[in-house]
Amino acid sequence: MKRTFHLLSVTMAAMITSIAPSAAAEELRQGGKLLLTNGIASVEGSTGGGLASWSLIAGNETRDGIGGSVHATVAEFKDYRLDTEGLAVGFFNRVELSYARQALNTKAIGQALGLGYGYKLNQDIYGAKLRVAGDAVYGDPLMPQIAVGIQHKRNLDSQVTDAVGAAESEGTDFYVSATKLFLSHSILIGATARYTKANQGGLLGFGGDKNNDYGVQFEGSLGYQLSRKLVIGGEYRTKPDNLSIAREDDWYDFFAAYAINRNLTLAAAYVDLGSIATSAEQRGGLISLRASF
Amino acid sequence: MLLSLALALSVQDVPANAGPVGDPVTGELPVDPYQQDNANAGARPFKGDKMAKAFGGKDGIKRITDNLVVGITSDPRIEEIFKGQDIVRLRRTLFEQFCYILNAGCNYTGRDMRSAHKNLGTQMADLNALVEILQNVMDQENIAFTLQNRFLAKLAPMKDDVVDR
Ligand code: HEM
Repeated sequence: MKRTFHLLSVTMAAMITSIAPSAAAEELRQGGKLLLTNGIASVEGSTGGGLASWSLIAGNETRDGIGGSVHATVAEFKDYRLDTEGLAVGFFNRVELSYARQALNTKAIGQALGLGYGYKLNQDIYGAKLRVAGDAVYGDPLMPQIAVGIQHKRNLDSQVTDAVGAAESEGTDFYVSATKLFLSHSILIGATARYTKANQGGLLGFGGDKNNDYGVQFEGSLGYQLSRKLVIGGEYRTKPDNLSIAREDDWYDFFAAYAINRNLTLAAAYVDLGSIATSAEQRGGLISLRASF
Repeated sequence: MLLSLALALSVQDVPANAGPVGDPVTGELPVDPYQQDNANAGARPFKGDKMAKAFGGKDGIKRITDNLVVGITSDPRIEEIFKGQDIVRLRRTLFEQFCYILNAGCNYTGRDMRSAHKNLGTQMADLNALVEILQNVMDQENIAFTLQNRFLAKLAPMKDDVVDR
């Protein structure tokens, strides 16, 4: 596990040094992105929609600057609450580095499991994303913005991930993501393929007794731009099913993202996570606020 | 002898300092010769008259391009780029270009986008600023957001020609 993390930091360092010299020669320019083209923070802290990852890069910067963002997200479900806070830095609209801390509040379930009412499962997620081609808004109308990314996840409650039958408490997801705003129809489409073995995104560990292999999962997003400041849409995310004691369902949501101003984006969503650790029908609301500069 | 040479030089300097002579009526300055062609507009026109009507025909488009020129030459983010440029010509060619693309009955007689924006040093942030100003101007004309986007979809592919670093 230490090795994966080392690999991640080396990749991040290589990404930054590979682009820094060209840009360092010129003056940095602050801001300049169009509203909403830096997306919102996904549950994993990388830029996306709410549940799905997008190829957009955090921050208000263009290819001539460095930007960043901080965010907080609260999602309340029947038997759980998920709090996420995180930050991200965008380098030249090319590389994004992100960190997020997730806390899953188990409410009464924690009590039933003997962990105590409101026991919190915590996870750290370190992300890096590289935009490899295309532009989500400009250029060839059929060429999406494409990015590759990596998310290293460290669940801080290995006694729980062990108890549910997960093989590991740390894991790394790899993904490739394509996003395009089809201006002629005001429609945004996103598609992501994720190579993962995370259970409930990692909150229940990685791999399990039923299956311990990596597999490809899909994330799709469809949005409609109502104005420069407002996008509504839906997302769908398929999931592995690795644990024999707890069936895992696909996730989906319906969202609205609103740019309050250049620096603040508010997102609200109706989210259905399906069954989580044997508790079915985890539906609820999500609110997320992200400040970008 | 020296004095007369200096005099002669300074006399010759006068027209050079005044710059090239503009059109006696419009004040528009001459540019290096180029082949006129509607293809220089950088996008194919819409079919039918739906877009032209939505943009208020030639009159509406004229207001939009005039207001756009006012906007881009006074916005602190990008006004510097337009200093010393031929704004009379820009006002005319921009109108022709929008009118041609919106299929409102014009020909475009200006230069192609790559030649017109060569060496201006424009950045992505400048293009985004121009797009925002255009959106504000279209809002003022009460053009539906979906139709604004349909028009912007014609301009978006020009990015690599108008942004040069
Ligand atoms: C897709 C977006 C753009 C379109 C459709 C567009 C269109 C035009 C047109 C039609 C002309 C006149 C061509 C001619 O004189 O023959 C022109 C010239 C010019 N444009 Fe743009 N433009 C765009 C983006 C920009 C941006 C982002 C800037 C900088 C902020 C800019 C700055 C200029 C300047 C300074 C000139 C005058 C150049 C000269 O006379 O030598 N343009 N543009």
